[in-house]
Amino acid sequence: METTENVLHQHSENHGGSWEGAAAPFNISYGKLMMWYFLLSDAFTFAGFLIAYGALRFSSPSWPVPDFVFSTAPFGIHDAPLIFVTIMSFLLIISSVTMVRAVQEGHRENKRGVVFWMFLTIIGGAGFLGCQAWEWSNLIGKENMSVTTNPFGSHVGAGTYLDEKGNPTGETFKAGASYLLHKSEEGGHDESHAEGHHAMAKGDHPNAFVDNDGFIHKKFKVTSGPAAGKVQMEEFGPKAFGALFFFITGFHGFHVLSGVAFLLIIMINVASGVYASRKNGYEMVEKIGLYWHFVDLVWVFVFLVFYLF
Amino acid sequence: MSHKTYEESKKAVVKGLFLLGFVTLIEVFISLFGKGHIIPGINDIAWIAYPVGFIIAVLSIYKAYFIIYEFMHMAYEVKGLALTVLLPTSLLIWALFAFFSRRNSMEGKKRVC
Repeated sequence: METTENVLHQHSENHGGSWEGAAAPFNISYGKLMMWYFLLSDAFTFAGFLIAYGALRFSSPSWPVPDFVFSTAPFGIHDAPLIFVTIMSFLLIISSVTMVRAVQEGHRENKRGVVFWMFLTIIGGAGFLGCQAWEWSNLIGKENMSVTTNPFGSHVGAGTYLDEKGNPTGETFKAGASYLLHKSEEGGHDESHAEGHHAMAKGDHPNAFVDNDGFIHKKFKVTSGPAAGKVQMEEFGPKAFGALFFFITGFHGFHVLSGVAFLLIIMINVASGVYASRKNGYEMVEKIGLYWHFVDLVWVFVFLVFYLF
Repeated sequence: MSHKTYEESKKAVVKGLFLLGFVTLIEVFISLFGKGHIIPGINDIAWIAYPVGFIIAVLSIYKAYFIIYEFMHMAYEVKGLALTVLLPTSLLIWALFAFFSRRNSMEGKKRVC
């Protein structure tokens, strides 16, 4: 057994350079090994989030259908399920590939090559963040989703919507059909009218109930199941959906953001020749590369759990 | 990547790009198929969600394998390193079973969300 003094002694010996004095475990540098173990622990954090999402989703009687929730894209594109997030996935894949190229150029001690490919990687990461900013602002600003409010719901049974006098209309839906609770527009903006929003007073109407926050809960007559014949109204979707969405995509987005920041710092260091003088094959570029690929790797599973399933 | 020449590894990167892009497109297509966007009405078949979910999960795990082994160079590291990183993640299989068998006992009880 080592005494405390021995440990302290070894500690001070290792202080100057890492991993010196003995053979490197696993034939890898200290920094890269620690990056691997950091990523391992980070993988557990993300896995905890995603498993919680799955467990809550399957314990809830209804859940917003992802291809309904995520069917809008910029430039007024509607009803295009998964198209926008597919573009986001491609941005991350491409930036991961350019990162591999940057590491390869680093092995050749080619400074210009490293800077060029890292710059493209940063563009890809920033593009992803821009897309995510648009997605969030669309969900928060236009569709009124928040951490505690989820206006995306789905019907438990089949039914028919009611008209202004409370009579059934021809507008029917099946069990599992998705809906979005719109907000009553008090100002009466022209844009919102074009999308079919109405200005409705708060309170009870024959065809809808408008709550204190202005959400319009449309009323319908149930046509199947034990509640058949009863008039019900559209309820909010499970609260957990909003919280899980913002926390998980936010946590991933924060990883991308910090990745872009570190890429920028390291790219500037590369350009100013900090790593060229170390002559270690641009190991710092390899380390940020590992981190950046991990961000792409996590997105594979966020994409799977949130959007594809 | 000492055993690959520079030209070879450049080609491998382009191959990786097309592979990941292609697998992602297939995943999106299968997911949309399962939701009834390709052939309307197919989502009414109750069991269709299971094979669709299984296939896209397997494809995602393949993507993860490719990213770790090629892009992150795990294939070129010492085997011990790969084991210390990958073996702990197998605990997640247990976590999956634990949480998803618990869901049955959560059903029909007090809703938390």
